[in-house]
Amino acid sequence: MDFTFNSAQAHAALTLMLTIRLFESKIESLFSSHIMHGTTHLAIGQEAVHAGVSPALDREDWIVTTHRCHGHTLAKGASLKAAFAEFFGYSDGLAHGLGGSMHLVDVEHHNAGSSAVVGSGVPLATGMALQLKRKKSNQLVVALFGDGASSRGAVHESMNIASVMSLPVLFLCEHNMYGMSACAKDMVSVEYISDRGNAYAIESTVVDGNDVEQVYKAVSDAAHYIRSTGKPYLLETRTYRFSGHSKSDKRVYRTREEEVAWLKRDPIEMLKQRMLQRTYIDEKDFEKLGQNIQCEIDNIVDEMIDHPRQLSIEEAFSYVYSSKEHGQL
Amino acid sequence: MKKISCREAIREALFEEMARDQDVVLIGEDLGCYGGCFQVTAGLIERFGTHQVIETPVSEEAIVGVAVGAAMMGMRPIVEIMYGDFSTLASDPLINHAAKMRFLSAGKLSVPLVYRTPMGSGTGAAAQHTQSLESVFTNIPGLKIVYPSTPYDLKGLLKSAVRDPDPVLFFEHKLYGVEDLIPEEEYLIEIGKGDIKRQGADVSIITYGKTVFTAMEAARLLEADEISAEVLDVRTLRPLDTDLILQSVSKTGRAVVVHEAPTFGGFAGEIVATIVGDRRAFGALKVSVERVCGLEMPTPFNKHLELALQPSVERIVDTVTHMFTSSV
Ligand SMILES: Cc1ncc(C[n+]2csc(CCOP(=O)(O)OP(=O)(O)O)c2C)c(N)n1
Ligand SMILES: [Mg+2]
Repeated sequence: MDFTFNSAQAHAALTLMLTIRLFESKIESLFSSHIMHGTTHLAIGQEAVHAGVSPALDREDWIVTTHRCHGHTLAKGASLKAAFAEFFGYSDGLAHGLGGSMHLVDVEHHNAGSSAVVGSGVPLATGMALQLKRKKSNQLVVALFGDGASSRGAVHESMNIASVMSLPVLFLCEHNMYGMSACAKDMVSVEYISDRGNAYAIESTVVDGNDVEQVYKAVSDAAHYIRSTGKPYLLETRTYRFSGHSKSDKRVYRTREEEVAWLKRDPIEMLKQRMLQRTYIDEKDFEKLGQNIQCEIDNIVDEMIDHPRQLSIEEAFSYVYSSKEHGQL
Repeated sequence: MKKISCREAIREALFEEMARDQDVVLIGEDLGCYGGCFQVTAGLIERFGTHQVIETPVSEEAIVGVAVGAAMMGMRPIVEIMYGDFSTLASDPLINHAAKMRFLSAGKLSVPLVYRTPMGSGTGAAAQHTQSLESVFTNIPGLKIVYPSTPYDLKGLLKSAVRDPDPVLFFEHKLYGVEDLIPEEEYLIEIGKGDIKRQGADVSIITYGKTVFTAMEAARLLEADEISAEVLDVRTLRPLDTDLILQSVSKTGRAVVVHEAPTFGGFAGEIVATIVGDRRAFGALKVSVERVCGLEMPTPFNKHLELALQPSVERIVDTVTHMFTSSV
């Protein structure tokens, strides 16, 4: 692969990936100290996919995410503050505290949010693309889904619909080897989910999801293909979540050896090494960058914990229907 | 007697039924070494192997459909769906097929299926993981719907559900850690029979699932106000133990129906109709029947809002107290 980031692109990607990693690590510590409630799905280890997808799109392109949505949400432009506030359930959160970790929505940045029903976001993304096409827009929609979600009928049905109707959808499979405890080897009938494209006459390819330059290039190419042909595209990124499935996961379904092997391919470390080699940064810059981001995150959270802002039940009712009179029936 | 949690009670029922009959097969996602989303099935794959514990891809519509087909061929499948909210995906095989197979084959085919899934809020899992969707299914002839509360009821009713020749939807609340005493020896509880969880003379609080515990707590508080509340756990929604409800209300003359699902179109409406449609119970009523149910809103993530949504001890106590002040 001859595509490489220039210095500015590499810096932007590294900053984004570190921000996502530190954001999620903070979330993890807030959950383990019981400051946050509910559940959360971390994607530590998958940052190259986050930093390779949205930055390769046009600002006006839409994404539809999954339950594992923090990284994509930040990469598409959400502010750290609004994201953290949503985790706290505060009224200045992305969804005013109504959605929480699994439902980060950010319409301003063309992020339609996630379905917590695995795979159900894919038909919605397909429908969004249908209306964009009717309006002769140049925008496309990215339908994110996991290896587990790839077994949902609605995902297959959506690919068929997008193909026969020629819809501007980028089906983007974030293959992290497992759906909860279920190993893709045991659950998915093909080795490469990108091969599903053949069944629906959709062009497809697979890339190393831990290599942010590869993901970025593949998404740019796919977006170009979709815009110039009007057809959908299927891109599979192969990666691994270092974290457990959710906060309570003891990871009994995989070996420590397997985890260690993947840790050697840490996407942030991979990019950092390349940047050192290309003398885009030195060790000191890297350390400084991490410290700055950590500092920003700590400040935001400290301030937030001290200032809880909650929606009232009346305000919450006002979001059930378009008209307030219909709320509470 | 022995002390056991709701989780263990369900697991014991599964264990005993699977040991009794090799055609009793668990089907669902992550219920092997992971032990299921709520750790209910932990240890079962080690004991029964993949012959009786089948782990599936994320394909709710198909796995429930597959279970219906297998049941038609003599399997006794127990499907676990991680969250009741995903019952929307399983609704076609359940509503259009499982419920109608016996009828459409004029009795030649049957679907002895158990569909287990947890419902309800309180976990901070927000709008798509906390719903109480029982009334989506109670309107379907051909389905039986069970929604127990205590470890004793969970075990006895699940064992009966497995042996039932018709499809049984077995809804579980998420207080899996709640403990109680159950007998050492084997027992069954008949589907379709309610249970008086607390005797009382002045008001009948009629409920099921998690809110049985809320109602019990409310009844304890009401005692201090010298109001004797009866708590009736219907345990089965379809077929409903109307006799027990009518008996209780005819005795107390006051009825409050409680559930987590929103009021509008909820199952409480069926219970109210049962009461007011009966001459004797209707005649015994001293005040209008009340409902204390979930508010008309998807479950918010914010903890305080989520709590405000549910029928609380306080709301039940207030409602009951008001029935007394307004009737004198
Ligand atoms: C329809 C549905 N079934 C089951 C679940 C429970 N669940 C949550 S995440 C998950 C695994 C999804 O795997 P994958 O699509 O690979 O995404 P990943 O978690 O690996 O990011 C499951 C089964 C769900 N949320 N929705
Ligand atoms: Mg996965």
